[in-house]
Amino acid sequence: MKIVPVKKYISDVFGAIKSLATGMKRTMYYFTHHKEIITQQYPDNRNTLELPERFKGEVVMPHDENNEHRCTGCQACELACPNGTIKVIFKNELTPEGKKKKAIDKLVYHLELCTMCNLCVEACPSDAIKMAQTFEHSVFDRSKLTKVLNNPGSKIMEGVE
Amino acid sequence: MYRETDIIQSADQSPEGYMIINVGPQHPATHGVLHLVITLNGETIKKVEPHLGYIHRSIEKMCESLSYRQFIYVTSRMDYLSAHINNHACALCVEKGLQVEIPERAKVIRVLMDELTRIASHELWWGAMAMDLGAFTPFFHAFRERETINDIMEETCGARLTMNYMVPGGVMHDIHPNFQRRVKEFIQLYKSKIHEYDELVTGNIIFQNRMKGVGILSAEDAISYGCTGPVARGSGVSSDIRKVQPYEIYDKLQFDEVLETGCDSFARYLIRIKEMNQSIRIVEQLIDNIPEGDFQAKTKAVLKLPKGEFYTRVETARGELGVYIVSEGGTTPYRIKFRSPGFSNLSVLDKIARGGKIGDLIAMMGTLDLVIPDIDR
Ligand code: SF4
Ligand code: SF4
Repeated sequence: MKIVPVKKYISDVFGAIKSLATGMKRTMYYFTHHKEIITQQYPDNRNTLELPERFKGEVVMPHDENNEHRCTGCQACELACPNGTIKVIFKNELTPEGKKKKAIDKLVYHLELCTMCNLCVEACPSDAIKMAQTFEHSVFDRSKLTKVLNNPGSKIMEGVE
Repeated sequence: MYRETDIIQSADQSPEGYMIINVGPQHPATHGVLHLVITLNGETIKKVEPHLGYIHRSIEKMCESLSYRQFIYVTSRMDYLSAHINNHACALCVEKGLQVEIPERAKVIRVLMDELTRIASHELWWGAMAMDLGAFTPFFHAFRERETINDIMEETCGARLTMNYMVPGGVMHDIHPNFQRRVKEFIQLYKSKIHEYDELVTGNIIFQNRMKGVGILSAEDAISYGCTGPVARGSGVSSDIRKVQPYEIYDKLQFDEVLETGCDSFARYLIRIKEMNQSIRIVEQLIDNIPEGDFQAKTKAVLKLPKGEFYTRVETARGELGVYIVSEGGTTPYRIKFRSPGFSNLSVLDKIARGGKIGDLIAMMGTLDLVIPDIDR
């Protein structure tokens, strides 16, 4: 045991009490200042929740009002993806002139494999895909996570090469 | 699982005098899946043996099959609290191989992101540290500031934790138009709140008594175990890569390398608190001086590194991260090795805990700031 002088002992005790009181004062401050509390009540605030436009939630392919997309089927996204999340499946289409033309049949996207790294969006030369701000992805069946990004019956937009 | 290894046989007492307890792999205080096998004599620690491998994802091997653009995203999953800095190290290494000069604007953005990450990481550590010692409130105080940083990241990089923002040649997007305003708001918030940290924790007598003189790590041991970052600096070992071997624009910035000579848990605690202030200093210098220009240098679509070996080191929130790439000239690395700061810092746990009390173990471990995925990779 160390021998502590009485004076130091007493000052230590008061110092200790003071330090505890300082901490308690800070805690009580927030106890009485509710306005400074910033907790968000998710999911109650679902309707007002806004995520920034760059937020990487899931890969989607935007379509315009004529059900047309911009995907040429160049497979750049498939190559850029580190996990094999995207698969481009082709079909042969007849052009009005009667020639055969390769076009995408399905752009299959496995949400369960995606790491939201944004590399596919960066790689796409025709801006056909982008990141959506959805994040509530949980489902009961894994097969629901495999999605086809192009709408059924959709076509490639005029003028996109 | 646990064999009666040499410690018991070679110990100076009979095995009956010892007790072995397991902490983890599922234990809230180990901050992840770390398994500690602790040999005790009464309450005194005789030996701490970390068992690793519970979160081994074989990241180094995975990287061998990924291209030089793709492998960077995996490294966000190593030390997830310094995701930006890990990405930065990899991008730097690839750029070194490619010999590309990145634009000034990208450099500044990268450093800004690194420093914000460092603050966020230390904030989280501070909250978790106090929670390890049984104080729950500080955690929420830390998260208030950290959330602000996360929101900034979310806006500019699109993610809160695993950003994948640094790419070879620069950064993926330009900064968001709101970025500067929000960072300035954060600096203000931080400055108006940092005194609370001292009121709540630093000055607290219980906290001080549990930290001072506990977990002594001498400077010699810190060096011989390869400790870096705040752990080494708490023992007075200068090891800040930003000063020792400046990368990007760190040599042009004004900031101090924080050193403490206490060698104990409290010194390591103080280092991180002071480091946050230094990071704020860096952010303040840069936030109004982001040069105009490109945010990404032009690089080829398919990156090929020349044959050879490339090594870069950066300072993460935990210490020195080294990225070592061996290239055979192809599009994927032949071999990648990460020198993670957490691994060396963990190895010192046995040294500082021996002879201490079991009650202090969690506090000592807290001051090492371990992130288990970084150790296991
Ligand atoms: S975000 Fe990344 S992981 Fe997901 S599909 Fe695109 S490239 Fe693949
Ligand atoms: S989404 Fe873009 S990158 Fe992918 S196949 Fe279509 S056009 Fe090519």
